[in-house]
Amino acid sequence: MTTSGSWRTVLTAPADGVVAAVEHVCFDYGSERVLDRVTLQIRKGDFLGIIGPNGSGKTTLLRILIGLLRPSCGHVSLFGADVRRFNAWHLVGYVRQKAVFEARFPASVLEVVISGRSARVGLGRRFGRDDREAAERALEIVGMNSFRDRLVGRLSSGQQQRVFIARALVHEPELLLLDEPTVGVDVEAQEQFYGLLRRLNRELRTTLVMVSHDIGVVAAEVTRLACLNRTLVFHGDPEEAMRSGALEQLYRPESLVVAHRH
Amino acid sequence: MPEILQYGFMQRALLGGLMIGIIAPTIGVFLVLRRLSLIADTLAHVSLAGVALGFMFGLHPVLGALIVAVVGALGIERLRASGRLFGEAALAIFLSGGLAVAVVLIGLADGFSVDLFSYLFGAITAVQTRDLWIILALGLFVLAAVAAFYKELFAMTFDEEGARVQGVPVDALNTLITFLVAVTVVVAMRVVGVLLTSALVVIPAITALRLARSFRGTLLLAVAISVASVVAGMTAAFYLDLAAGGAIVLTSIAVFAASGLAPTARAAAR
Repeated sequence: MTTSGSWRTVLTAPADGVVAAVEHVCFDYGSERVLDRVTLQIRKGDFLGIIGPNGSGKTTLLRILIGLLRPSCGHVSLFGADVRRFNAWHLVGYVRQKAVFEARFPASVLEVVISGRSARVGLGRRFGRDDREAAERALEIVGMNSFRDRLVGRLSSGQQQRVFIARALVHEPELLLLDEPTVGVDVEAQEQFYGLLRRLNRELRTTLVMVSHDIGVVAAEVTRLACLNRTLVFHGDPEEAMRSGALEQLYRPESLVVAHRH
Repeated sequence: MPEILQYGFMQRALLGGLMIGIIAPTIGVFLVLRRLSLIADTLAHVSLAGVALGFMFGLHPVLGALIVAVVGALGIERLRASGRLFGEAALAIFLSGGLAVAVVLIGLADGFSVDLFSYLFGAITAVQTRDLWIILALGLFVLAAVAAFYKELFAMTFDEEGARVQGVPVDALNTLITFLVAVTVVVAMRVVGVLLTSALVVIPAITALRLARSFRGTLLLAVAISVASVVAGMTAAFYLDLAAGGAIVLTSIAVFAASGLAPTARAAAR
């Protein structure tokens, strides 16, 4: 079931359709194990939701998946290549939980979005007209093109999040990873946002991985569900997760389960 | 031709000053935004030890300063990257250490203390033709490096983690920035002096940050403010017989203060 045979070479479209895979991945913060032997595959066209309680290792797993953290054990591949040797970063887009940046940073919306094309353009080259047009298209998609000359620090947090999504879309990634992308975004904007994700997933066949703690929304939108609580509690069809009671298990601390038994 | 341009030393000083006026705030904008303003001051002090070493061993002082500043820059980078010290504590060691080495060397070998004084506070009349060539060559190198990696430097300054996911070689570019700071302070040292160098790196940058509406605009505005400060400061120094380094820095501070009077400019432009 793993792709261990092919992870040494970079393939943009692995024959088996596996876009990303983690195998027996552990992660320790100091002496505390936050992820324990997690094995997970993401296939082309999947919309995978990763849910779990606070501190369950969701964000850690996502960061390991894109090489920002190194696992304590196990191995990670992206598009068939070991993540440590992976270099086709233009295939990957990443939207972090609540954008962290200096609010007084003097960057216009367009400058931020176009910076997402860095990997595609390559080191030492300048952005051209194509890049500018792609940035405007991406801003159009998230409905922010009329804000392109504004300072990004002056926007509302929901607007900022849309700018960051545009930055992740601007290089047309095949794999888009989102970490709690709707935190601080108002309900109406969230609705639009999920509509956008559905379009990306269905029309452009963009593979999506979204970390969230909003079970209701995730279950309604995703095609695959991973329930994480240090270990992978469940991985599969969202409806099956509901039926199997995996969710109750996920959100109920051990002690409570014991307390309810008498 | 105005009197100020009739003297060879003033021509050299102005040319050198213009180059410094361009590169110092260019690097400064990145440093201020990355909260590394202190690094310029630190490396300026470290480079003073290089000047002293240069005098002792008959090396060109600017060359001595460059070598020691670059070594110091890489040392700071390693110490910071190791994470064993708080970021600024590492800088404090290098800042006082560099100054201490310089002071000890001066004490050991009396006689060049007057020359050293000119490096501390700058001496535009002392910019020789050879100094000018060094200043121009190093300045062009800094500008070329920033131009070549502009989009990566922007990406990592704005959002380091996002830049990493874009495949930007953040660690290598961090080292490059530190290296460019070392080169910049050495270039600036001759004209504004070690003690005032960081002012030219930082003050025009923070002035521009108050006013600009894009990153590119910030860089251009910082350079404009800095060049204007250099020219005005040097002109004042020439005609009023003031210390040039001090006059330049005071001019840039005056511009900074004036920029505070127009806080509504940005709001109105929105």
